[in-house]
Amino acid sequence: MGLDIKFPIGLMFAIFGVILTIQGIFTAGDTVLYVNVNLWSGLFMLIFGSLMLVFSVRKKKTTGR
Amino acid sequence: METTSALGWIDYAIMLIYFFFVLGIGWALKKFMRSATDFLEAGRSLPAWVTGLAFISANLGALEVIGMAASGAKYGMMTVHFYWIGAIPAMLFLAIFMMPFYYGSKARSVPEYLKLRFDEKTRGFNAFAFAFMTIMASGASMHALALLAERLLGWDYTLSLVGSAAIVLVYTYLGGLSSAIYNEVLQFFLIVIGFLPLVLISLKAIGGWEGIQASLGDNMLHSWKYAASPDQNPMGVEWMGIIIGLGFVLSFGYWCTNFLVVQRAMAAGSMGAARRTPLIGALPKMFIPFLVILPGIIAAALLQGDHSFIPFKEGSETVRDFDQVIPVLLMKYLPTGVLGLGLTALMASFMSGMAGNVSAFNTVFTYDIYQSYINPGKSDKHYLSVGQITTIAGVLVSILAAFIAKQFNNIMDFLQLIFAFINAPLFATFLLGMFTRRTTGHGAFWGLLSGTFAAAIHHGLTVPAGADSLVKGGWLTGGAANALHTYPSEMAQNFWTAIFAFFIALILTLVISYLTKRNKSDTDLKGLVYSLTPRVQDDSKHWYEKPQTLAIIIGAIALILSILFW
Repeated sequence: MGLDIKFPIGLMFAIFGVILTIQGIFTAGDTVLYVNVNLWSGLFMLIFGSLMLVFSVRKKKTTGR
Repeated sequence: METTSALGWIDYAIMLIYFFFVLGIGWALKKFMRSATDFLEAGRSLPAWVTGLAFISANLGALEVIGMAASGAKYGMMTVHFYWIGAIPAMLFLAIFMMPFYYGSKARSVPEYLKLRFDEKTRGFNAFAFAFMTIMASGASMHALALLAERLLGWDYTLSLVGSAAIVLVYTYLGGLSSAIYNEVLQFFLIVIGFLPLVLISLKAIGGWEGIQASLGDNMLHSWKYAASPDQNPMGVEWMGIIIGLGFVLSFGYWCTNFLVVQRAMAAGSMGAARRTPLIGALPKMFIPFLVILPGIIAAALLQGDHSFIPFKEGSETVRDFDQVIPVLLMKYLPTGVLGLGLTALMASFMSGMAGNVSAFNTVFTYDIYQSYINPGKSDKHYLSVGQITTIAGVLVSILAAFIAKQFNNIMDFLQLIFAFINAPLFATFLLGMFTRRTTGHGAFWGLLSGTFAAAIHHGLTVPAGADSLVKGGWLTGGAANALHTYPSEMAQNFWTAIFAFFIALILTLVISYLTKRNKSDTDLKGLVYSLTPRVQDDSKHWYEKPQTLAIIIGAIALILSILFW
């Protein structure tokens, strides 16, 4: 099947990462809400999602599909 | 327990984005669905890392996440037996010895392998039993998801049930098995990343492993140390039952013969990829206990300090509802944002279980029931249409099964019992079929049937300690008082029921085979029996891709983990 699953996985986690990182930054001083688990999870997902996207794009470049 | 007020718009946004991607994958695969092989077998073209992660994710359904966390709270580290000795040896055996037959024989399903190796009646028995079991399991998954959404999010039960079923239906209808498998990979990452913050925060709350040790008895923190006698450990089982009952009979019966997981390996693009599938799946499998069992153990530890931490079961003032462990921890420790991620991960686990069952049901119904008994000899296009219609029918029947489970709370316990009777002797049939050429179709069929009856009779003559209903056993002796034997726990009874069923099936299959005429010649059995099949030429390019090398590495890691938590 001609679907590179790394692309949608990477994109989804990158979007989640952006949302949670922004949420983490905006609520950084909110002691009632909170460890700023949104910020840390967001950054982790942003890195994971970006890596998956890089692997996906690299595969496209090397294999041409 | 805190309820709906804890959810913010960001939590709902994360859920919606997940639904969008899941449906998008189905949509992207729609154009590749040109034949029944594409739809029902994923065109046998997927890479090993995809099928390997799907192999685990399809098994990471509702029962696994909710049930194993509950077991962690009740039995502690003993629960890891279901992941280490109760899974890894069987997965290694499947990869090294059994995949060459499943994949090499070109059988499209496990029941079809039984037909090629034995005869039509053995295939029919397995196909009908499997189709019924998978559709009921899919219904149980839907019921659990809808119940959780109702209790946790305040959503309407019927709306949650139909909504989740509709999403699974759309993506499995559009992309068939490929869509189910690709989504299982997405769901795998989501489950791991979504639960990770929960594990880390709740571990911090209890004060790390030292905090757990300070709160719980030593027998909750070891897997083998207290297995010498059933009265020493919370699971009420002894090492013999664990090794033979769980580690051999139940584990090999599930991982080596259940089409739900074997189908993922059969969808791989080559023999090498098919053999690597269970091995790639075994790596994360070993570490999943830290994601689902550890929260249960933490919850048990937190319960020592806060006696209201886990609610009681409905209508009970003494029995805790440990199925609430994950939801309670999610609501207690995660703020809005990652809470949405955790809940989405929980939904993903339910959906992967549902879709896995529906896609396996599709294949077995279309090939092993419809094409074999109802309408043989039609065109490939016809069976593609039947596969798509079966997807719709399968989801609708699952919804019906979910409503039945809701109406009759104990019916799922009863069905689980029937499934256990059917599954227990299965591995004996496959073991003899793959490794002896003398086993006949009559031997396999009657051996399988005898094993199933042996399981039922053993269950009917024995009871676990504290049995309060005939569903627990003793139904042939008129109750617990006259039972022939009382096991220390339900788990011990399950393990020994499986052991009895397996050995009865093994002996009777051998005896009947030697009393009946062979129905397959050596030529017929080439590619189906070990001694008649040329050894597989390994297509691995690197040393670390070789199945034997991978198996040794995985076996060593499993051994180290077992020693660390012995």
